[in-house]
Amino acid sequence: MIRKNWWKLLCFALLMYTCIMGFMVKIPVLDGRMQQSIRNLFFHVPMWFAMQTLFCISVFYAVRFLRSQNPVDDYYSLEFARTGLVFGILGIVTGAIWANYQWGKPWSGDPKQNGAAIALLIYMAYFVLRGSMNDLDKRSRISAVYNIFAFAMLFPTIWILPRLTESLHPGGQGSEGNPALNPNDTSPEMEMVFLPAIIGWILLSLWITSLRIRLRIITEKKLAHE
Amino acid sequence: MQSNSYRHIITLIKKDLLLEIRQQYTFYGVLLYVASTIFVVYLTMGEPEETVWNALFWVIQLFVCVNAVAKSFLQDSKGRMLYYYSIAGARDYILSKLIFNALLMMSMTLLSLFVFTMLLGNPLINIFQFIGISLLGALGLSFIFTFLAAIAAKAQQQAALMAIMGFPIIIPQLLLLGKIAKSAFSSVVQAGLWQMVLLLVGLDLLIILLAIILFPFLWKD
Repeated sequence: MIRKNWWKLLCFALLMYTCIMGFMVKIPVLDGRMQQSIRNLFFHVPMWFAMQTLFCISVFYAVRFLRSQNPVDDYYSLEFARTGLVFGILGIVTGAIWANYQWGKPWSGDPKQNGAAIALLIYMAYFVLRGSMNDLDKRSRISAVYNIFAFAMLFPTIWILPRLTESLHPGGQGSEGNPALNPNDTSPEMEMVFLPAIIGWILLSLWITSLRIRLRIITEKKLAHE
Repeated sequence: MQSNSYRHIITLIKKDLLLEIRQQYTFYGVLLYVASTIFVVYLTMGEPEETVWNALFWVIQLFVCVNAVAKSFLQDSKGRMLYYYSIAGARDYILSKLIFNALLMMSMTLLSLFVFTMLLGNPLINIFQFIGISLLGALGLSFIFTFLAAIAAKAQQQAALMAIMGFPIIIPQLLLLGKIAKSAFSSVVQAGLWQMVLLLVGLDLLIILLAIILFPFLWKD
């Protein structure tokens, strides 16, 4: 599937659709809340979908690496984590811009903002851990172990904890909806843009990662021949 | 086989305990650490309010845990590790470390709770509930940091890496603990308390499971 063209074309089409319709689609008027800033839904929320998808794939390859001891699996795991981190940072930045207009300041210590920041710190620690070791085989093995452990500690808490606490985001205690969106605030027209946006951004993240993996495999091969 | 590995675990814990009693290094070192930290807090703020008390308690538990547990894999040299490997196996080894560190950390928590109430006053209404919560917290903290110490020991740079890897991972647990612990300061029953306690217990079980599965990969060199 990686080498085929159709999904890259699909990604391009979906993102063009998102970028055009995201600014054109009719939005519901919500008694003074949100207003036009709700259009950020098509850009901010898919970043988290992409990040979580990539981190899940990264862990999958970490497990596979421990079973196979094949260095290629380690490159996959590493690059998926790297792109995931980039999308996480984009998610935080787009969220901060939105929050600046919506809640008055870019960072208000909301449980989901904190959870996202913790996720980014954990995956940055993953790269620090990788950087601290020189032995290649040991580096891959230990970082795979940390990747699995960190994933298992992080995701239950960021999936469960924000639902138990009060939050400015949707989906907290006392606010409606799930952590991704509040169904009462969206219209069917918006959902027709939101779903393609999620798929489009996830495909883009996979595309970027596949390019990085190919680059890394070529670089490693070249280094091995020298 | 089952009873065999059980015996191995007991022996390894006994060995750790014996080392502890002979050297009296970790225990008294950490004890002094606890006492002096709490004394500094006492000198700077006297008797704090209950929310500050709660927050300080968990932060100090965190640092005590990093100090107490980080040493556990440092003592054993490479040659000795090979020896343990040949007689006991990776799973028994990590289980014995987990149990030993949990015991160490629980006693540390009880001691620091005692010093806390002595110096910083006692705002607790349900003291037994708080003891239970802090023991549960000690268990979770010691499990996570034991496993991270094992990773950091392999990566050589002990102290710095422990903090970098451990603090982000531990934040969700500490938040949960702080929230649960709030219930011990008032006589009002908090909503969703058992849900959070169950979540914590579930996390602890998950850590044990992961440690048993993943430690053999760390171990072999």
